[in-house]
Formats: sequence, C-alpha cells, structure tokens
Amino acid sequence: MKFHRIYALVTRYLYLYRRSLPRMMEIFYWPFLDLVIWGFITVYLMKFQGQIPGAVTFFIGALILWDILFRSQQGVTISFLEEIWARNLMNLFASPLKPSEFLAATMVMSILKVMAVSVVMVVCAGLFCSYNIFVLGLWLIPFVLNLVITGWIIGVLTTALIMRFGQEAEVLAWSMVFLFQPISCVFYPMEVLPGWLQVIAWMNPASHVFEGMRAVLNASAEPITHLGWAIGLNLVLLGIVIAAFHWMFELCRERGLLVRIGE
Amino acid sequence: MSTPVLHVQHLVKRFGEFVAVNDISFDIRPGEILGLLGPNGAGKTTTIQMLLGVVTPTAGSIQMFGLDLAAHREEILQQVNFSSTYVAMPQALTVEENLWVIARLYGLSQIQERVDDIVKRLEMEEFRHKVTRKLSSGQSTRLGLAKAFLTEPKILFLDEPTASLDPDIAQKIRSFLKEERRSSGLSVLYSSHNMHEMEEMSDRIIFLQRGKIVAEGTAQEIVARFGQADLEEVFVKLAREK
Repeated sequence: MKFHRIYALVTRYLYLYRRSLPRMMEIFYWPFLDLVIWGFITVYLMKFQGQIPGAVTFFIGALILWDILFRSQQGVTISFLEEIWARNLMNLFASPLKPSEFLAATMVMSILKVMAVSVVMVVCAGLFCSYNIFVLGLWLIPFVLNLVITGWIIGVLTTALIMRFGQEAEVLAWSMVFLFQPISCVFYPMEVLPGWLQVIAWMNPASHVFEGMRAVLNASAEPITHLGWAIGLNLVLLGIVIAAFHWMFELCRERGLLVRIGE
Repeated sequence: MSTPVLHVQHLVKRFGEFVAVNDISFDIRPGEILGLLGPNGAGKTTTIQMLLGVVTPTAGSIQMFGLDLAAHREEILQQVNFSSTYVAMPQALTVEENLWVIARLYGLSQIQERVDDIVKRLEMEEFRHKVTRKLSSGQSTRLGLAKAFLTEPKILFLDEPTASLDPDIAQKIRSFLKEERRSSGLSVLYSSHNMHEMEEMSDRIIFLQRGKIVAEGTAQEIVARFGQADLEEVFVKLAREK
C-alpha cells in the first residue's frame, strides 16, 4: 500500500468540499437538525424522568453515537459515489491505484467526516440540551472507534453492492445502514427484541456498543464484555467485507462493469 | 529489431456469448505510434480497457516492458497512461486541482514545476484555475492530454485525442505528440476516426473489425493491399463488409 496514492484520493475528496454547499450540509446541517429535534424530544421526556431514568443521557448520547456510525458509513460509500458521479473510476483504476488503497482513502475520509460531525453534535448538544457526552468517560473512546469500524463494514459492503449492481443501487448508500438500526439497539435495550432477533442483534457489533453505553450509564455492569464482543465481531466482519469487496472488484473487471458504472 | 514495449498475444474478451475481441496479437516497439482503426463496436475500446487493466481478458496475455500485466499491474501502470475524449476528469475540481491529484496518485516529485510545464506546453494557462465543468470540449480534451503527459508515461493510449479540437489546436497536439515521441521515445497506441490524422501520425496501423484484426501494416501498405485510393476508402470498404 502506497501512502501517496491514499493521500492523492483524500485531497481529491477534500477539494470537493471547498466550494460545495450541499456537501458541507451533509456534515453540518443534517447532524444539527437531528440533534435539535431529538434533543427537544428528550428534554420533553425529562418530565417523566421517574419512569425512564436517564432518558436524556440515553437518547442524546445514543443519537450522537448513531450519527457517528452513520457518517462513518457515508464517508466510505459517498466517496465511491463521488467517483461514479464524476465517471472517474476509469481514471483511477487505470492508474497504479490498488483497490485496497482506494478503500483506505475512503476510510480516512470517513474518519475526517466523523470528526467534523462529532464536533458539531457535541457542541450543539451542549448548547441546546446542556448535554455532555463525556459523561461516558474513557469508555467513549473504544465505543466510538468500534462504531467507526462498524460504519466502515456497512460502507464497504454497500460500496461492493453498488459496484456490482450499478448506479441504480446507489439508494443503498443512504438506506443500507438503517437496515442495521433495529438490531443495533440504539434507543432501546436488546432485551426488548424478540428472542430470534436478539440472536441476530448479538452478531452486530454496534448493538454491543450501545449495550455497553447503557451499562456505563446505569453503572449496572462493566461494559468490558460488550466491548470485547464489539471488537471481535468488528475485526471478523471487516475482514469478510474487505475480502468481498476485492472479490466483487475482480468480478466487475471480468464483466467490464467497472468502466460502465454511471453510463 | 528492438524488443517490443507492448506485446499482446491471442487476446480474447467475451461478454457472455458476445465476443468483443477475438484472438488478436500485436506489438508496439519503443518510440512507435501504432494506429488502431475500426468502426464502432469493432473492439478498440475493449482492447484499450484490457491494456489498461480495467477489464480482465478472457484469454491471452498482455506484456509491457517484458512484464505480464496480470502479475505486475502496479509497476506497469506506473509507466502507462491514457487519454480519451470519452473519459472526462472530475468536473467539480479545477484544472490545476485535477492535475495535482493525478501527480500525487503517480507519486511524482516537483509537482508544481511539472504542472506549470504541462500547462504551458499545452497552452492551458488561461483556464488552469477554471472548474472543469466550465471548460469547453476542446479545453477538456487538452486537460485529458495534460493528465496523460504529466506522468511522463513510456506507453500512451490515446482514444480519439483530437476529436473535439479545432484544427489549429489539433495540429499543435499532433506536433506535441511527435515531439514527445522524438524526445522521450514514447510509444503510442492511437485510435482515431480521422483517417488523414491516422496516416500522418501512425508508423503502422492495425484494423479491427468485429473483434478481429483484418489488416495490418503501414497506411500505404494497407491502401495498396485493398486497392483503394486512400485509407478512408479502405475504412468504408471494410466497415461495410459483412
């Protein structure tokens, strides 16, 4: 893997943000709106603190963490879509660029997006809801890192599917992640799911992060087991989706799909 | 005779039942410009895409600089580039940003000097800071060529490089190309529908039809073999043959 090729792609994507309001909105506008709406809902729920302990912390914290996962996935997938919209895949893959370097560049973009979105959300949560995400303490760091990796997993999977099925499948870039939301147990504990769905949810690293977050906030249990599951599952699933992406890339080269996407 | 920089043997590409390229073999020698002629759908683009490693051949082998493309993709593509009228650069970036991205992608040093040099040589100063989507088609074509020459390739694939240029710029591009070939020993695979340009630029020509090579040689040899007045007549005759 060559750093200069990853750097080339990252600068290519950053150039796009220089003079594009819609792209900046993706980072600032939507996270801001999400937070304001959910923030006020949770402020309202505070009136029922007795019935739902720590509602504010649960909901706003969960919302911020979910957005981290979502933006992490978008960082990977939207970067690929940018190449489709620009019909630039031929320029890229007729160069010495490797698919793994391309993925690495999209992951760097994903980290940059997550950082920008996190700042927006943390500041807004403080301003509008007097909420401090850092109540999660040092556990926040491994939780966030795991969510970023889960975002990459969904992003790489989505990218592979768009590469295979073409531009008609680009809707997956915005919808695929929501398929994982019910089994990520973002806003409710895993125990509310039916038994068979709990089994599926256990295989989703994000569910362990959110369960872990709840454990920290309730001070009911150490979240280390959940963290262990999240890390293990993330590593295995990331390996699988990266292998699937490479397999799909070769399939697309064989079928001539790589140069036809976007036509 | 010098060792070919590009050696293609029994290249085949099938898409399901459709045979796009049917067992073609050819070489390009150092400093040679090989013309690739053929009607639409003859397999020219698919051939170039296979040579650039973006489409995998069904059978056959591609060697460049004595290395097999399938096994040495990265090393080979570092020394190869292409320009096609039909492949644009990212529209939201400026001309200069696009060139910087390409320079970084190929790991070039002294990027600003190289960018300045290619911009000057291709007379792109007046639009170097313009966003690519605002370029005229001729300016876009020059950007595509600048991108290709910026990396100082040893082999260049040009797909209708002068298709949307006015005669003055087209002539300058051809002169530029000849000068590059003379000074750096650049080898070129040149596809065009402009027969006069093909005769002017190509040392040899291969004529593709329905995925097969149906004629090969210098322009004069091909014209003589088919008993026509010029290359354009040969093209029309072959293109209309069933």
